[in-house]
Amino acid sequence: MSNHLENQVRTCDTTGLPVCLNAQKFIRLHGVCAVVFLLIGAVAAILLALTRWPAVHLLNAEWYYRVLTLHGLNMLIFWILFIEVAILYFAATTLLNSRLFSKGVAWAAFLMMIVGAIMVDTVVFQGKADVLMTSYTPLKADPMFYLGIILVAVGTLTGVFNFFATVYIAKRDKTYEGSVPLVVFGAIAAAVIAVVTLLHGAVVMIPTWFWSMGWAEAPDPGWYRLVWWGLGHQSQQVNVCAMVSVWYLLATLTTGAKPLNQAVCRTAFVLYILFINLASAHHLLVDPGVGASWKIWNTSYAMYLAVLASMIHGFTVPASVEVAQRARGYVRGLFSWLTNAPWKNPGFSAFFLSLIIFGFIGGITGVTLGTQQINILAHNTLRIPGHFHATVVGGTTLAFMGLIYYVVPLIFQKEFYARSVATIQPYIFAAGITLMSIGMSFAGSAGVPRRHWDVEFAGANLAAGFDSGTHLWLGIMGMGGVLAFVGLLTFILLTVAAVFFGKSNKGRAMTPWATPKSLVTEGDAEAAHDERSPGTMVLVIVLLAAFVVYYFANWLALTDVWHVR
Amino acid sequence: MSQDPKHPLQKLLDNPWLLLALGILVPVLSYTVWGWIELANLGAAQLP
Repeated sequence: MSNHLENQVRTCDTTGLPVCLNAQKFIRLHGVCAVVFLLIGAVAAILLALTRWPAVHLLNAEWYYRVLTLHGLNMLIFWILFIEVAILYFAATTLLNSRLFSKGVAWAAFLMMIVGAIMVDTVVFQGKADVLMTSYTPLKADPMFYLGIILVAVGTLTGVFNFFATVYIAKRDKTYEGSVPLVVFGAIAAAVIAVVTLLHGAVVMIPTWFWSMGWAEAPDPGWYRLVWWGLGHQSQQVNVCAMVSVWYLLATLTTGAKPLNQAVCRTAFVLYILFINLASAHHLLVDPGVGASWKIWNTSYAMYLAVLASMIHGFTVPASVEVAQRARGYVRGLFSWLTNAPWKNPGFSAFFLSLIIFGFIGGITGVTLGTQQINILAHNTLRIPGHFHATVVGGTTLAFMGLIYYVVPLIFQKEFYARSVATIQPYIFAAGITLMSIGMSFAGSAGVPRRHWDVEFAGANLAAGFDSGTHLWLGIMGMGGVLAFVGLLTFILLTVAAVFFGKSNKGRAMTPWATPKSLVTEGDAEAAHDERSPGTMVLVIVLLAAFVVYYFANWLALTDVWHVR
Repeated sequence: MSQDPKHPLQKLLDNPWLLLALGILVPVLSYTVWGWIELANLGAAQLP
């Protein structure tokens, strides 16, 4: 039973799903703003890459820290939060066959978010907030900076409330039967994590704003760091959860895959809800204010349950694609299902490359760097940005790009131009971000600090700097950054051209991206249905072997600096 | 015809409000509150 208001719903001409027109409006608004913030963050990114590449060293120190502040906030907060609110509205309305709970609440959320984000960016451009994204006290920014972040946080929380209220009315009005679809369940998990994240944001930013106004004492730096990372890192866990939901959605849209086991996949999301937020403690592993028990419990024992969840998703998502492909007749050998996957479909290539980069680079480095003993080797080095550019950019952003290749034709009802360029765009971006992440990781292994404007320490009284091998890795990082920027700019140009100037597909199905051909008839496929996934099992074994080698290589590196007799 | 009772885990999976409550409670207690207690019990530095 639907609860849509009269003339406030349309049926998607491609999927046959109902689209709430109020939700559609806000998905479009949030989507456009997200891409604008992505562009601001991308321009900042290329300036940073060309500064941290010592052979170029483009910006002066003042502008470097200003642009670094801008980059972090636009990429890690604004781009991600705007697109995630769009995903929440989509999941709660289209996938649950429900109307959006409140148009007024959606307007309030959107206006607070956009006003806050514009305030923050303006203040940063004015040079009144060169405090980096973390804005650690006692560094002080203009009060408008903190107020802007508070507005973004409260606005997002309001959007999340609208999502939960929509889930409530959908259940009350029985717009769906049984359990919510898996993608909606993942969105619920992301929204729960977002609530915790944004509450931490409010708790830390409101007293800091009071301090900047001169109404209160400066927050204690140790307290600030503890609570701020409840915002800073947990917001990235919202990303992980939303990204995994997008993987499941894109696996279905591009290959017709179905989740192998609903209970297992949902249990993995519950492990995220309960334990993934504890990863914030990684940032405090060298802080003296919190003890070893707190650090080890939060970053190891409890956190590994969230890692288990990622490993479950990392298996079930490609396994579901393998099962779907084998049902089409791609049964030869271990990997014919993968080599015959729709690699010319940007939705598929973006999703699968995101899965590989997130798992093989982001996941392996994350678990290793989060180990308390090994962390002492890597803390505040360029290895940390090397890790999170693989998770947040190579993982989340790339997956969201794949989603947008479907959102534009299905929600904006516009077709992409230059479809052959769109076909190769995810590869350019993925190659660039992989090179950049590897360059950062190896340069960081040589001790190159993160965030630092001049790692050569020009003008220092004592000779400092790094050897030529390290410069090679910094050069690879720079070149990877340029390539990733080309991929990102291509994506933005394609999206803007489609949204504002693309041909309308109203009244007909979207022009399909490449889809895998079936080698068997439908009846044969049903008869031969087999849920085994040996190819995925081999990929998982390769991942675990790579993890073991990387993990123990780091312990070996630790023994080089810390002799145990 | 009576329906099979729901498995307790399925009841949890189908209850977003319980998930929301647990999702707030576990990280706030384990990370935030425990961290605040650690910081509050930190002795003053013995400066020279």
